[in-house]
Amino acid sequence: MRPLLYALSFLAVMALGFWAYRENYTTQDALGEVSQLQNEIADLRDSLTVQRAEWAYLNRPDRLRDLATINFDRLGLLPMAPEQFGSAAQIAFPPPPLSPSLDITGAQSVAGVLNADPEEASTP
Amino acid sequence: MTRIPLRPLARILDARTKGENPDAIERENLRLRHEQMRDKSRGRAQLRLVVLALCFFSAYGLIGARMAMLAGTQPVEPRSASTRNDIEASRADILDRNGRVLATNMLTHALYVQTRDLVDPAHAAQELARIFPDLDAKTLLRRFTDGRSFLWVRRVLSPEQMQQVHEIGDPGLLFGPREMRLYPNGTLAAHVLGGTSFGAEGVASAEVIGTAGIERYEDSRLRDPAQANTPLVTSLDLTVQTTVEEVLQTGMTMMNAKGGAAILMDVNTGEVVSLAALPTFDPNDRPANPVSGDPSDSPLFNRAVQGIYELGSTFKIFAVAQAMELGLVTPDTLVDANAPMRWGKFKINEFEGHNYGPLLSVADVIAKSSNVGTAHIALMIGGERQQTFLRSLGLFDASPVELAEARGAKPLLPKRWADIVTITASYGHGVGGSPMNLAAAYATIANGGIKVTPTLLKRTSPMQGERIISEETSKLSVGMMRRVVTEGTASMGEVPGYFVAGKTGTAEKPKQGGGYDRDRVVNTFACVFPANDPKYVLIVTLDEPTENTGPKPRRTAGWTAVPVAAEVIRRTAPLLGLRPQVEVLAPDEVTAVKP
Repeated sequence: MRPLLYALSFLAVMALGFWAYRENYTTQDALGEVSQLQNEIADLRDSLTVQRAEWAYLNRPDRLRDLATINFDRLGLLPMAPEQFGSAAQIAFPPPPLSPSLDITGAQSVAGVLNADPEEASTP
Repeated sequence: MTRIPLRPLARILDARTKGENPDAIERENLRLRHEQMRDKSRGRAQLRLVVLALCFFSAYGLIGARMAMLAGTQPVEPRSASTRNDIEASRADILDRNGRVLATNMLTHALYVQTRDLVDPAHAAQELARIFPDLDAKTLLRRFTDGRSFLWVRRVLSPEQMQQVHEIGDPGLLFGPREMRLYPNGTLAAHVLGGTSFGAEGVASAEVIGTAGIERYEDSRLRDPAQANTPLVTSLDLTVQTTVEEVLQTGMTMMNAKGGAAILMDVNTGEVVSLAALPTFDPNDRPANPVSGDPSDSPLFNRAVQGIYELGSTFKIFAVAQAMELGLVTPDTLVDANAPMRWGKFKINEFEGHNYGPLLSVADVIAKSSNVGTAHIALMIGGERQQTFLRSLGLFDASPVELAEARGAKPLLPKRWADIVTITASYGHGVGGSPMNLAAAYATIANGGIKVTPTLLKRTSPMQGERIISEETSKLSVGMMRRVVTEGTASMGEVPGYFVAGKTGTAEKPKQGGGYDRDRVVNTFACVFPANDPKYVLIVTLDEPTENTGPKPRRTAGWTAVPVAAEVIRRTAPLLGLRPQVEVLAPDEVTAVKP
């Protein structure tokens, strides 16, 4: 009984040692990944700042005004004026939709052959 | 183990035959056995001691070794702690009220030189001079070789320039990261933003400090690491600001003015929606402070806040409002307006020697801008009460707006408040204030009488202020100012649909040697709109304008500042979301509803 216990505990120590060894390296890998991710986040933040600055720069009022002037024939943009305010009452109601089902009573069939000569058509 | 008997039979029998005591044999054997047992247990105890000593030794050894290891290694932060690198920007952004960027940061690099590491100083100097045309190769080479080990070459580099410097390939040319303040809108709102410069500089980073405007006033807030990610939201509206600057620039050119200022303020909250001062500058490349000449000629001069001028007739409404508040007059009361008026050795004239008298109603005093009429109203009020009232409107103190320049711009006041000062102050002479002071005072008059504290920051809570005048007086005052536009001096200020109400003011500039210069005037138009429910106050000031379309140059506000203000209102009111209103005519025979 006792030798078996010794052998088992020795094996347990070996197994624990192996586990600890592996855990150590997994942890170090994870730490490496964390720092890599942090660098990536910092880089992304930097580029976000730059892009926000660039967005603001490209949308500066001077440039937008110039672009509106250059593209006037396509866009027709003018500075906003008081006359451009409208009220809901000024908007026309949409025209009523054309009814698809008209009530037709006493319909007559007009199908047949139409002759080119009216003289011929009038003769019974 | 074989157990030796204590009384072996053979020896007992042998001893008995010899007549010896057999007990002696037993005792002897017992003794030997005890000795044996003692030796054994001593050996075991010794072994235990050794094992225990070994245990302790290794335990202490381990602790000691770990301590030595800790002492010997470089300290590192625990890498797994947290992702605490969200404090990226060292200075908070500045936004307009709708979240558009007015100022932000950008990462660039500074160029410095470790002269000991330079391989070929002459070549490096030559190449640097080629990349940066403002540097001189000879000077650079001299500085590289005069024994110093370190020197800065450029504070900020563009990425292209950095690449070109990289391509020189000299190991002595090094880059340090720099956070640079960027104003993407260029000159827009330059006087509000002010500017920044580098403070303490290191290789790894540099301090960015505000040098003027809101950047300087809010410097500690903007640099606070805890709030670095919360942008500073100003009350400005980028679109309105652009429009106001554009119109003011055009107006300034048309009226041949050398400068101009415009303030658009919300009457109920005191938020400055637009603050323009011309000429302007680019805060990205802020010019140096002027060292000679008149500081007000520099583009850095913020006329809207620093420009302390006598504001002229725009002050008249304060005297009238106070007189109505005190119950001394009503809009229909007739006052003496017989010009010229004599007071001691002084003579008070009207504009161009008019005489609106002998009697004029209070409403007409404002509409016609009568100095004499206002003077008589001011005398009814008295100097003491007049001072208290003007002080309560904030006209005697530097404007509390969040600009570094505002604190230094104290209104000009006479040392002694004699009766003649009471008279002249009532029509805006002898006392000076900035357009910002005037805007806050007009907002107070127009919003129903609650004192307005001007601010450049977006308010998140309703404004608290003490009551200065009653709502009734406020309404009457605005009504009088409305008449100035419909039938008085500011007839060009009418904008259909917006019911502009305002007061013009023309003040001559003081001469160097004393007295006033007739040809150098400051024209101001202070107005509120819409008059039936005032929402915004607009102050337009033009510095030394002339209107030259007539036979002789005109220098009154009605001809210069008023048309500019009207255009500002026409352009900005729709942007502010104000819908033009149709004026309801009084019912006549045709339109009246049958009773």
